[in-house]
Formats: sequence, structure tokens, C-alpha cells
Amino acid sequence: MLGVTFGIAMFILMISFMQGVNQFLEDTMLSATPDIHIYNDVSTDFSVSVAGDYFKDSLKSVIVHHPKPKQVQLNIKNAEGIIADLKKDPLVAAVSPLLSTQVFYNYGPVQLNGFIDGVNISEESRLFNLEEKMVDGKTENLLTSDNGIIMGQGLADKLNVRTGDLVTLTTPTGSTMRFRVVGIFQIGIGTIDNVKSYVNLASVQQLLGKDRSYITDINIKLKDNKLSQSEALAFARKYNYKSEDWETANSSVMASNLIRDTLTYVVSITLLIVAGFGIYNIMNMTIASKLKDIAILKAQGFARRDIIQIFLSQSLVIGLLGAVTGLMLGFALSYALSRTPFPANNSFISLKYFPVIFRTGHYVFGILFGLITTFIAGLMPSVKASRVDPVAILRG
Amino acid sequence: MSEILQAAHLNKYFYEPEAFQVLHDISFSVDKGEFVTMVGKSGSGKSTLLYLISTLDTDYEGTIIINNIRVTGQSQNALSKFRNENIGFVFQFHFLLPEFSAIENVMLPALKLGKYSRDKIENLAMEKLRQMDMHSFAQKPSGKLSGGQQQRVAIARALINDPLIIMADEPTGNLDSSNSKIVFDIFQDLSKNKGNTIIAVTHDTDFARRADRIIELVDGRLAHT
Repeated sequence: MLGVTFGIAMFILMISFMQGVNQFLEDTMLSATPDIHIYNDVSTDFSVSVAGDYFKDSLKSVIVHHPKPKQVQLNIKNAEGIIADLKKDPLVAAVSPLLSTQVFYNYGPVQLNGFIDGVNISEESRLFNLEEKMVDGKTENLLTSDNGIIMGQGLADKLNVRTGDLVTLTTPTGSTMRFRVVGIFQIGIGTIDNVKSYVNLASVQQLLGKDRSYITDINIKLKDNKLSQSEALAFARKYNYKSEDWETANSSVMASNLIRDTLTYVVSITLLIVAGFGIYNIMNMTIASKLKDIAILKAQGFARRDIIQIFLSQSLVIGLLGAVTGLMLGFALSYALSRTPFPANNSFISLKYFPVIFRTGHYVFGILFGLITTFIAGLMPSVKASRVDPVAILRG
Repeated sequence: MSEILQAAHLNKYFYEPEAFQVLHDISFSVDKGEFVTMVGKSGSGKSTLLYLISTLDTDYEGTIIINNIRVTGQSQNALSKFRNENIGFVFQFHFLLPEFSAIENVMLPALKLGKYSRDKIENLAMEKLRQMDMHSFAQKPSGKLSGGQQQRVAIARALINDPLIIMADEPTGNLDSSNSKIVFDIFQDLSKNKGNTIIAVTHDTDFARRADRIIELVDGRLAHT
């Protein structure tokens, strides 16, 4: 019975913890990745050439070696139309237009490269819950100040700037602008916190020397992010721009989630099978010591089915008790783990406790699997017991 | 008197450790209400014969008819049901289930039969225990009873479904003489006054001689009927 108890307790602990980790990673990921990201993917088209026009002679065959890509506009045309259309979609919760560019951050002699997102900060907040991630200042500060910037925590630390300081941003095309730090955020992913800043959309358009309708990306939050994949396809077809869902954008994380899940199930099933063998042994021993009783029951007219029923119900009772105590132990252990402080040695991981989730489904699965294991483990010895020849036993 | 059991041309072989014929062409019959003992030396086949006619052992040649029902060749499940209804067993080593109380042991075959409600069965079991003068021990765990007491509980259990035949394998083999006498008196009372048919295998010549009839086996053949 203890075998089943520990098997199921470990299953509950592992699955709760692993799923907790998955959930945590997914949440972190979603705090940096929109459900759907629509952008203009640069794909240089070399199939059309002016060479044919230039030579004008259809008999000549012209081969162009190593053509250079033509200048392309990275913006989404008719962005406003698309945004207005998206906002009408009942599945869409929020839409945030975005203009992103690479920049150098200059502060005194320090020069760091990174990028800035020009956003409508209130829309962006709705997508990523930025208010909760602000370490210093508020998101609204961006709206009230002229040329404000909200910086990633890691970036601000490297530059050693605080709110109120002025930084100079230089674009790859050479234009520069000064921004005042009005807030600092931390998402919890180093690769973002170390390079990214938010500014007003208009500031980036101004910095790049583009007009007010120039937008490169549209981020979308859906009411149900499980629909991202199909919706992304639909948007791509509808607007004819590259449209990427969060699962595709983070396929490596999704793959590792799958691996963790598989690992959990494999280990848990192994534990339960070991527990099942424990029950098998116990039942075999019980039956060996009860041979006389089995013989007498058979002599009195108990059929094979009755004998199987007796021993099978015994093993099922063991299984049920083991499973129930296992679930309780598993719950206690996972609860204890969820209250254990996470040994965070760097501030980039925003975890206070070990991530654990509690889901009824896991408990139902645990009890079902416990019962199935004990049923199978009890069935074989029970059938053996039912085959006992009473004559051989009773004659002694 | 009507014949309750007819055995015709029974042959039985053992194959382990080597092929050996235990019973040679045995035919006999038992009347209703008769108290028959089977005697013979160790290895004469008397216990083997008892297990054949009790339907526990089905590996034999010949035919057995109990109460005009041919039991030879029936399925194990059918035979289980038949035994439950028609045959009561008493063994040398009492064979009660030690975890249960005396009365639960008695009730067990009746619960399996399922003819009466649990309360009714409990009353019946109490009655049978009273018949054996064991009613004051009804609630005791059967493991705590003495050998003679256990054997009397076992006889009560054999009677619970009002069987046609009570089969006993060395019922006194493990008992002292005073307990043997009690068991014998019970059997005699059952056969004389209650009309039960009893077939008992025994070593005890005293016990055997006082029965209605003795069937003697010598080397697997009937010596005398």
C-alpha cells in the first residue's frame, strides 16, 4: 500500500511542479510575446529584374550575378485600416501598433546598442500588463511627458541611469534624439530587460523621420490564446502580411514543455508500475498463506469467479487506500514546495516561490491510474488463486 | 429406500510421480439416510474415492449420479453450484476461516447460495450451532476454539444449506476419544433422526464399525460392501 501511496504522491508532486514550471515559463513568455504578431517580413524578390528592359533584345539571354536587394519599406501599409478592422474582431482583446528600431543608447561615455519600441503605451499595457512590471515610475508618465522613455531594468543598470536622467538615442541612420527616463520596467527575461525601452510611437516616427502612419508591427492579444495558431493563419491570409502566433515564435519553449511533461509521465508511470509489482508480491504471499482457505471455499461451492472477486477486491481496496493517501501526501508535498522560497541569485528571475499549480485533473488521473495498476497487479494472483486445486490442498 | 448416490465403474489414475492406477472399477450406491463409512489402509484410495463422489475431483473414468443428476462431465462452475446446494463437507483439520467468528463460518455457504436473507441465515446458523451445542461460542473467532469445538462448528457449517449428503474426510482423525464420541453421536443423530445421508472416510475402526454400513477398500478395489 505504501508503494502505491508514494508512487501517486510523487506523481502528484512531479506533475504539479512540472506543470507549474511550464505555466511560469509560458506566462513569462507571454509577457514578452504577443498572442499574434503581424509584421512585414523582408523577403527580397529577385525574380523580377530591369535587366531585360535594359537590353531590350529578346534573343539575348541575360544572367545577373549577385543582385543587390532593392530598398524596401518595412512598414505595414494601411496599418490604420487593419487596426480598425482588428478591433472589430470579436476574438481580439487588444491591438497595439508598434514601430520598432535599433538604437544606440548614449549616456556619458557609455554606448550600448539595443532597440526601442514606439508604442501607444496604454494599448501596449493592455497586452502585456506593463503596470505590474514597472519597477519605478508609471506607464502613464510616458503620455504626460515630452520625449519620455521607459527603460528595461538591466539596461538602466548598465547605463547607470535613474528616472529623471536624460539619455541620447542614435539610430542606425545617424539621427539622434534625447529622451528623459520616466520609468523602469522588468519583465523577467534578461534578453529583453537588457536591451529594450518603450517610447511614444510619435517619438520613434520623428526619430526615423517618417510620417504619422508609419508602423512596422501590430501586436494582438486574443481573448483565448489557444486560438492563436488558427487566427494567425486567418490574419495572414486576410491582410497579406506575415502573421506569427506565440507558440510558433516560442517553439523551443513549447518543445521543452512537452519534454518535461513526457518526462513526468514516464517517471510517474515507472513509480506506479514498481508499486504495482509490490502489490503483486503482497497478493502472491497472501494467497500462498491462504491456500487452505481457498480450498475450503471451493469445496463449499465457491466458484472461480468468487475467488477472483475476493482477492481482486482486496487488492483494489489496497489500491484505493493507497491512492487516496497518495493524493493527500502529494497535495501536502506540493503545497510545501509551493511555499518554499525560490533561491533567486539574480534579480532577472521574478520568482518568489517554486512554481506549483494545483489542478483537479491530475488528482483524478492519479487515482484512476492507481486503481488500474492495482487492478492489473491484483488480477494475476487472483486468477492464480482461483486455479488452486482443492483436492491437492485438502488431502494435505 | 431410494438410492441417493450411484457410482459406476470408477477408475482413477495418478500420473505424478509415475502413472499409477489408484481405483479399479469401483461401483457402489448409497441410500438416502444411510450412514456409510469408508475404511482401508493408507493409500488404499478411500480419500481419493471420497473426493471423486464429492465432485471436487473431476479427473476420472466412470459415472457418478447424485440424486438422479449425472454430475460426471459437468463444468467446474456448475459443480461449484451443485456442491454449494447439495454437499456438506467436514474435514480432518476442521478448516474454518480463522479470521471469522464461528457463526460467520457457518453462514458463509448459505450467503454464497443466496437463498435467504442475511438475517434469516443468521437465525439458521444459530440454530445449527445450537444443534451442535456450540451456540454459546457463536461470536468467538474460530481460531480461538479448541479442536473438538472447531469440528462441531465445521459440522454446523456442513449442515447450513440442508445438503443431500454430508461427506467427511477423517472427521475424528485429529480428535481425542471423548470428542470423537461427540462427533460420532452427532453423525448418528443426523442420520437416524434427521434423515441426513453421511459418507465418512475414517481410520478409526471403532467409529466405522458402529455405522450402518462399511465400504472397505483394499489397493483400490472394493473388498466388501
